[in-house]
Parts: sequence; structure tokens; C-alpha cells
Amino acid sequence: MKRYWNEYQKEIADDRYFYERSCIRQTFFPGSEAAFLKILREELGKDICDNPHQHTCTGIGYHSDVVPFDTTMTVVARLFSLMKECGYSNYVPSCVTSFGVFTEVMAKWAENPALKEKARQYLWEACRREFEVPDNIVHPSDIIYKFRFDLKPRMRYQLVNRFTGKPLRVVEHIGCHYAKIFPEQGIGKAEFPYVLAGMIEAWGGEVIDYPERRHCCGFGFRQYLVRENRGYSIANTKKKFESMEPYEPDFILTNCPGCNMFLDKWQYTIAEMERKTYDRDGYGIPVLTYEELTGLLLGYDPWTLGLQMHQVQAERLLDKIGIAYNPREKYAGSNGRMLNPPAKPECLLV
Amino acid sequence: MNKFAIIGTGPAGIEAAATLAAHHNEVDIYEQENAPLGNIRDKAFLFPNFADADEVAGRLLARLDHPLIHLYTDKGIDQLEETPDGGWSVNGNTYSRVLLATGYRTFDAGRKEELGYGIYRGIRSSLEMEQMLREQKITNANGDKPQRIVFLQCVGSRDEKTGNLYCSKLCCVTAVKQAIETRKLLPDAEIFIFYMDLRMWGQHYEELYRQAQQEYGIRFVRGRISEAGGTYDGRVQIKSEDTLMGLPLKITTDLLVLMVGMEPSEGTRRLAGQCHICGDYGFAQSIDPHTDDNRTAHRGLYVAGACKRPMTLTDAIADGRSAAVVMLAEG
Repeated sequence: MKRYWNEYQKEIADDRYFYERSCIRQTFFPGSEAAFLKILREELGKDICDNPHQHTCTGIGYHSDVVPFDTTMTVVARLFSLMKECGYSNYVPSCVTSFGVFTEVMAKWAENPALKEKARQYLWEACRREFEVPDNIVHPSDIIYKFRFDLKPRMRYQLVNRFTGKPLRVVEHIGCHYAKIFPEQGIGKAEFPYVLAGMIEAWGGEVIDYPERRHCCGFGFRQYLVRENRGYSIANTKKKFESMEPYEPDFILTNCPGCNMFLDKWQYTIAEMERKTYDRDGYGIPVLTYEELTGLLLGYDPWTLGLQMHQVQAERLLDKIGIAYNPREKYAGSNGRMLNPPAKPECLLV
Repeated sequence: MNKFAIIGTGPAGIEAAATLAAHHNEVDIYEQENAPLGNIRDKAFLFPNFADADEVAGRLLARLDHPLIHLYTDKGIDQLEETPDGGWSVNGNTYSRVLLATGYRTFDAGRKEELGYGIYRGIRSSLEMEQMLREQKITNANGDKPQRIVFLQCVGSRDEKTGNLYCSKLCCVTAVKQAIETRKLLPDAEIFIFYMDLRMWGQHYEELYRQAQQEYGIRFVRGRISEAGGTYDGRVQIKSEDTLMGLPLKITTDLLVLMVGMEPSEGTRRLAGQCHICGDYGFAQSIDPHTDDNRTAHRGLYVAGACKRPMTLTDAIADGRSAAVVMLAEG
């Protein structure tokens, strides 16, 4: 097999990052961003700034046509001004859509410098702030990819089925806004992005190449934000699952909040609608973020990583890898008190 | 007596050499490979009359059999430059006139990543298909007889993404020819050709297209393929749109054949660049494509054949002869 993606690499800064959090990730995958910061600071010894004054990038509103571009670029300019204020120049947005918004705004500024001046003017008029364009802008998955071999010796587990000794078979799914808008911004470009595949292979797993690998996860802003269009959303997700089913994936790995959420939660909806799951035993296929996966292999507690918040539960995957966990702590709050476990659905086993 | 050098032993170079020699001129003809006519010897049959490619190559090669023609194979061109007395030096030998007939190479289908060439085993280039047709054995990725075969036109031609905006001229009729040959070998297979528009511009091409539909049951779908991926059983899933029906389309095929276009060969790019006669896309440039299509901006340096633009065998032969006549006329 040819590996065209080897030709497509990009510059990823070594250190001193300014982190921008996602609007939705902390709700659906509450441990992922904290895990990323911990991995960078404690495992890799990097300097990463987590500024409390940050805000939305407008991505969801922008792609739903409710926020005009001028507003978006002014909001982006404000985030850049925060980075400048903190003394950083390497921008790292947690969300793939934010990453797409930032690269799009920067590309438009590069093509049309008058637009950048307009953004300066708007920002100054709105809040008397000034900004600088980052020297380097990458997605956090790029950074984990860059340091995947540095992390490997620190890992307690590998992507190997401990019962069979064989590599775990993994479906990887890349957010559209990672490389489909600007292919040069993605490791491996748009058709065969390598950012997650590189992690899987480095950590002992096997990447599944299935026919609908490049198909949309089903998020597609206007498909799901408008209730009447949600049939399109779930139809896309179903198409992907049907395509990957014969390969019997052990789990799905993503780098986008929307992909992670829809590939995870639509499994329950499909099970409700059609009594169908895409694994053999009716439990569904676990869907992990790359931060969760990295954290798990490094030996972080699955419940601190927030895996209990997923629709498809991960215990069977943890067992395959041999990751230790305490079932009794699954629904413990941060103060140690037990929260009530959620009701069990009839259609998707937990 | 003038001494001429010809660089390249494709149909244009050979025809020019034969014409010059017939007029009592000594000709040195250089080929970087170990044998002439590489781009014909890899074909099975030639459009539009299904002439045996080996026979045609044989007839062309026989034209080199002349005491005044000296063929040098395995001779790449290390040096090509004008001499102070108005002649040309090629690899240290001096000539009064030099003809560049360095031809084309086929487009590397791997550059169209979305089509999965080189990644999925059921996807072949038209060149590889030609090889299977030569061997009279068409197989899918598993070595079995394919039940369904899809040909896709315009791979690396008329394509903004790859930067090749031009039409390669002969892929349309080549796909029709290959589809008919495939039908003869696989009477029960389903055969599709996906196209943007079919450019049947040459003599008997249109008839061949009609024949393909009426006699050979080849099905034509107007639409490009946006994505191809491997399936669990080694087949190829393709996505397209039937633009005449206005419907998106997803089908699985045993074999996807990519009709790759023509690009200037490495030799063409290098030598045209070196002599500052580089035209669009790296092809060599003549003075005027209408009225002065063999001379170049440099006195004593001429161009012929597919080093200038995509060209059929017939046209390349005629162009080689034309270049020889112009060279003779200039003394």
C-alpha cells in the first residue's frame, strides 16, 4: 500500500502553546481537555496556557449562517489578543471546527490584508484590544501525533487485545474541518489524514480502512441543528456503521467534538429505531477522543477521563486492553459521594 | 551533407529520421531506454481499427533500418547546447540541426488521492489494463474474473485539482477501445464508462462509440467519480453522480480502471526547460501552433510529436514527417 500521507507533514510548534477550549466538549467528554493539559504538562513537560477569559469562536453559529463573517473574525481577533496578552504565539484550539474557523480567517486575512485591518478596527472599537496573528496554529491532535513516540515509553498499556495478543482494530474518524477545508493544514491532507492513524499504529493498534472511511459522521451543522433535517444526520451515521460493521472494530477514535458525539449517541438512537447495534453482542462500538485514548494508555483513571458520560460504555474495551478500573467508582462525584447511575436502555446493552 | 540529431525514438522521432535519411542525410537518433517505441510496445491493440500494436511498432521500427540512420539506445542526453557557429552539440557530438521528440509520460493516478490508486488493489490505471489486455487475461484484486468493470475518464486531464486543465485527447477513444476488448474477453461482465463528455473527434471514433453501445452493450454514465474505497471482499466502492438522471450513485465494482492522461515526459520537461522553450504545463513550445509548429525560438532546434501537447500516434507520425520537411527546407 502506498502511503501518500508521508509526503504531507506540517510544522507543529515544540512548546509554549496557548490553549483554547471548546464550547461543547466539556459537556460530552468532560475529561478530555483536562487530560490533554495534564499530558502536555506532566508527561511531556510543555508550557501550555489555559486562559479563563476565553470564549466561543462562533464556529457553530458561523457554519449555521446565523453569525456573519465580520463578527466571526472579530471574535477570532479577540481570542488572538488574549494569546498576545499572555505572551504566547502558538495557538491550539481544542475543537476541530474552531481549528477550521481560525485557519479560514487567517487564510482570508492573508489573501486580503484589508480584511485584517477591518478586524483590527472592529476589535478596537468593541473592546479596545489589539491582536497578533499566531506564528503557528495546530490542532491538539497534531501535538499528540507529534509526540506519539515520546509518549509511548510512558504508557502502561498498548492497543493489543490481551486475550488474543492481536492488535486492536480501530476505526479512526477525522473531523471535516481538520483538513477538508485546507488540506495542507492536516497531517496526511484531506483524503487519507494520518493524524489519528499515526497514533493508533504507534501504540500497537491496526487501522481499519473501510469504504465509508471518509464519509461525514452525520453531524453536518444544518443537518442536525434543524430538527426536520435530522433524518439526514442519522442516515449518514448509519451509512458509516453499516460500512464498518464487517470489519468488527474494537472502538472508534475521533478528533472532533461533533463526530465523537454523533458516532456515540446515534448508536443508541439507531438501536431504539431499528433494534440494531453494530457489534456482535449488542453493546455498541465505543467511541473515544484521542485525549481519552492517550490518557487510558498512560494509565489515567477511566472515570476521571469521563468515560461514564459516553452513550456506549467502555468497560468491555477496557477489559480487552487490560486497563484496571473500579466499577464502584463509576458514578462517584468529585467529593466521593455516589451519584445515581443512569437508567439502562433496553436496546443498547451496558 | 548535413548531420541531424533526433532525441527520442517515439513515432515522431522515427518518422522524422526515416524522412531525413530518405533524402540522403545522416541521422543520429538517441533513446534513453533500451529500445524504441516504449509507448506503443506496451499497448495491445490500437484505436480505432484494433490494429495489432506490435505489428505497427514493427513497421515503424523497420523505418529505422537505413544505412544513414544510427540508433543509440540507453543514451540519455547529458548535454544539449548551441555551438558558436550556429550548430548544436548533443552529448559532445556536433550537428547542424536537432529535433526534440521526447514525447510524453502518463499521469500518475496516485496524485488523485480520492480515487485510491495504489492503495486499493482493485484499482488499475489504463496502462495496467492495457497490459492485461495484451496478456488476454483480466483479473480482479483476488485474481478472479471480474463481473463488473468501471472505466473512469479524465484522470489527470481537464482537472483543476491536479493543475492539468487540458484535454489529453485520446483517453475517450482509448476507454471505448479497452471496453470493447474487455467485452470480447468477458462476454458476461457489466461494463461501464463514466465520462464528463465524450470527445470522439477522430476518423471512425464516433462509429466506435456507437458500436460500443449497440453491439457490445457498454453502458455510459455521465458523471465523475468523487471517491473510491476498498470493500471488505477486495472490491471497490465508488461514489458518483449520474448527471443526466440528476441522481447520486454508489456502486461496487470488481475493477476500476482509471484512464490516465498525458503529461510531458521527464526528458521533455528537462530539455525544454534547459533550452528555454518550455510552454504550458512543461510541454515544449513551437513558434506558432498553427503556421510554424516545428521550429522553435532557437535556430536549428525543432520539436515534434507529443512533447508539444497530447497527440495520437497518427498525428505524431505526421508531425515527425512535417518536422523533417521543415528541417530539410532550412538546409
